[in-house]
Amino acid sequence: MDLPLIWFLLIAVLWTGYLVLEGFDFGVGMLIPVLGRKDKDRRVLINTIGPVWDGNEVWLLTAGGATFAAFPEWYATMFSGFYIPLLLILLALIVRVVAFEWRGKIDDDGWRAWADRAIVFGSVVPAILWGVAFGNLVRGVHLDADHQYVGTFWDLLNPYALLGGATTFLIFLTHGAVFVALKTDGDIRRGAGRLASRLAVATLLVAGGWAVWTQLAYSTAWTWGATLVAAVALVRLVVLTRQGREGRAFAASAVTIVAAVVLIFGSMFPDVMPAVDPANSLNIRNASSTDYTLTIMTWVAVILTPVVLLYQGWTYWVFRKRISTAQIPEHTGLTFLRR
Amino acid sequence: MEALELARWQFGITTVYHFIFVPLTIGLAPLVAIMQTAWYRTGNERWLRLTKFFGKLMLINFAIGVATGIVQEFQFGMNWSEYSRFVGDVFGAPLAMEALAAFFVESTFLGLWIFGWDKLPKKIHLGCIWAVAIATNLSAYFILAANSWMQHPVGAIFNLETGRAEMVDIVAVLTNSTLLAAFPHTIAAAFLTAGTFVAGIAAWWMVRLVRRGDAETARDVYRPALVLGLVTMLVSGGGVALSGDLQAKLMFQQQPMKMAAAEGLCATEDGAAFSILTLGDLSNDCDGVVHLLEVPGLTSYLANGDFTSTVTGVEDLQARYEEQFGEGIDYSPNLAVTYWSFRLMIGLGAGSAALALAALWLVRRGRLTDKPWFGRLGLLAIPTPFLASAFGWIFTEMGRQPWVVHPNPDPSGVDGVWMLTARGVSTSVGPGAVIGSMVAFTLLYGVLAVVWFRLMKRYASEGVAATEKDPSPDARRDDPDDASDRPLSFAY
Repeated sequence: MDLPLIWFLLIAVLWTGYLVLEGFDFGVGMLIPVLGRKDKDRRVLINTIGPVWDGNEVWLLTAGGATFAAFPEWYATMFSGFYIPLLLILLALIVRVVAFEWRGKIDDDGWRAWADRAIVFGSVVPAILWGVAFGNLVRGVHLDADHQYVGTFWDLLNPYALLGGATTFLIFLTHGAVFVALKTDGDIRRGAGRLASRLAVATLLVAGGWAVWTQLAYSTAWTWGATLVAAVALVRLVVLTRQGREGRAFAASAVTIVAAVVLIFGSMFPDVMPAVDPANSLNIRNASSTDYTLTIMTWVAVILTPVVLLYQGWTYWVFRKRISTAQIPEHTGLTFLRR
Repeated sequence: MEALELARWQFGITTVYHFIFVPLTIGLAPLVAIMQTAWYRTGNERWLRLTKFFGKLMLINFAIGVATGIVQEFQFGMNWSEYSRFVGDVFGAPLAMEALAAFFVESTFLGLWIFGWDKLPKKIHLGCIWAVAIATNLSAYFILAANSWMQHPVGAIFNLETGRAEMVDIVAVLTNSTLLAAFPHTIAAAFLTAGTFVAGIAAWWMVRLVRRGDAETARDVYRPALVLGLVTMLVSGGGVALSGDLQAKLMFQQQPMKMAAAEGLCATEDGAAFSILTLGDLSNDCDGVVHLLEVPGLTSYLANGDFTSTVTGVEDLQARYEEQFGEGIDYSPNLAVTYWSFRLMIGLGAGSAALALAALWLVRRGRLTDKPWFGRLGLLAIPTPFLASAFGWIFTEMGRQPWVVHPNPDPSGVDGVWMLTARGVSTSVGPGAVIGSMVAFTLLYGVLAVVWFRLMKRYASEGVAATEKDPSPDARRDDPDDASDRPLSFAY
């Protein structure tokens, strides 16, 4: 069996899991000031992802760990090369995690305002920067003969990668709005539905443009399939959000993300980190671990990933009910000043 | 400062900081699970209130542990890319396994536990907190497997062609003798931390309530929590000592330089003494070391179980390393840091366990106490195991220097698998980027530490009263569909 190929596919699967799941988390986080005018509305929004956001984020850690184990050279070059974007993503994810968990612990408007700022910042920054990072991976970066990144931070901010950032930003925003419409009831649901139908049009234009640019400039023939699926899903998303068919619309935005990941990884293949000078590229051969390590890790992944999907799926089943302001208690948390 | 020093400082700051929160989570999750089990079994409300009280504190703490853990996984690649290239084939595997086998379980089931009070049958809900408790401990196993491999590489070879370490035996990596000693040591220390935390808060509350005239609540709720905490402290204190002794004996074999430095032992000695107080100058030079107070023969005993055996000193080890790995490098770690962190780890850990013994005597056979000093002592004791853990890690990581992967001294063991810390740092990252990220992390971590402390303090000072605002989980009806309109418990 071709183990590096299997691991290339597995890492694509892990990223798919991450971007589909945390994609709507990011969307919900970004929409807090837009859809949540009153605090109770905001708490409805946060509670839609309350039980699941932490589990969703582990897909990122697994993708990172798997890249380290299966393609150490890729992990080393990418993480040291994309230093500043990753630093910003880390800072964003840190404040986001603590803000979710700590927001309801203190019953104070100022406290909650700070938590909301942290959640919005922590959602917007990664939503954009993951797109920028993947754009650069597809486009190719400056690597030397030792596979060291020799470009600068500013090289990463090229028009194509920035369009990638706008694409992930809009996709996640729409994905999040559709998710809120699917998971809530009452005014929030209606507001989210309306917003989703407007966002879907913008996403169709930007993401569609990015996909065609990717396909024409950086990709190969077979990924036309993924581009086509993405295009169909985006059009369906526009139609379905107009019709208010929330479940199907959510499926459409999820399929868009899956197709985008296929397009990204398909464009890179067989490279994992294409260089401007193709001779210096990292590919699934020269970046990979030994067959021994890959065999062990394949067993671990093949056994555990379905189990993870099973219990995470069960979590979504347990919390499948729509929630509304009626279920949100009046007060949550203590105040720093004793009442 | 160069990128190397900055990257080392950053790793030290982010790791020690991360490990303030981690041991509390590792130890507190099982203790909360035990409390909830007691409620499930006995139906006694006191255990439900304690579960919710310590559960909230656990959640406040858990969030920051998770948040700072993400940095840990990324910074090997960001600041230590050459290290990552060299060890990735071996070192990446336990990290990926940790994410897949443990971290997924931990985070998913914690979500179920927080939000599942009304939605899940009692038994399944109890299972969720146990899943979290087991997974946090499993997590520690994989992370320690990775760290133990840096201390004592096994199951790997050096491939001359690829210029990196490559794994040949995963079982050897996951059953590394270093790991089998480090795991119980770390877990016992985590339980000591959580036990002290529970006991300290319960002691303070007990005294407070007795003095307020509410001896009933003190006896009913806080005394059982205090006893649970104290017993945990005693058992885990013993575990820390036993596993620490085992670890020290291994360390004398595997990293003799670290142990020689820990004892300030410059020259090789027969029947080496254990130093209680040693002074030296900070030049890291053996000439300035003066032993003031020592226990004869104890270091030899700790090394081999024999008071008269020979322990090799720093100077001889330096000569040995030079012969093997080349001259021009100081193979000894920072003597002052290694010596003091070792003593502070032992002293703070032992002090905490000794307190438990005294406190158990004080509340023996259903007794309560209203002595204010006891309550204050409880609070003062809480930070000691945290500090002991921090010094333990500073000792084990600083004591390994100048190596990032210490050579395995066993001639029949792995060959060629070692790396100097200076070689592991990212070559494509300049000092400006590292200093920028270090400042950013340090400032953010500083702010978060203050907020974390205020939250913990606020919730601890509210006591079990804080739990009464939650809707009672007993209101859960058998048909979970009916539950959808009632308020969410533990809602954000």
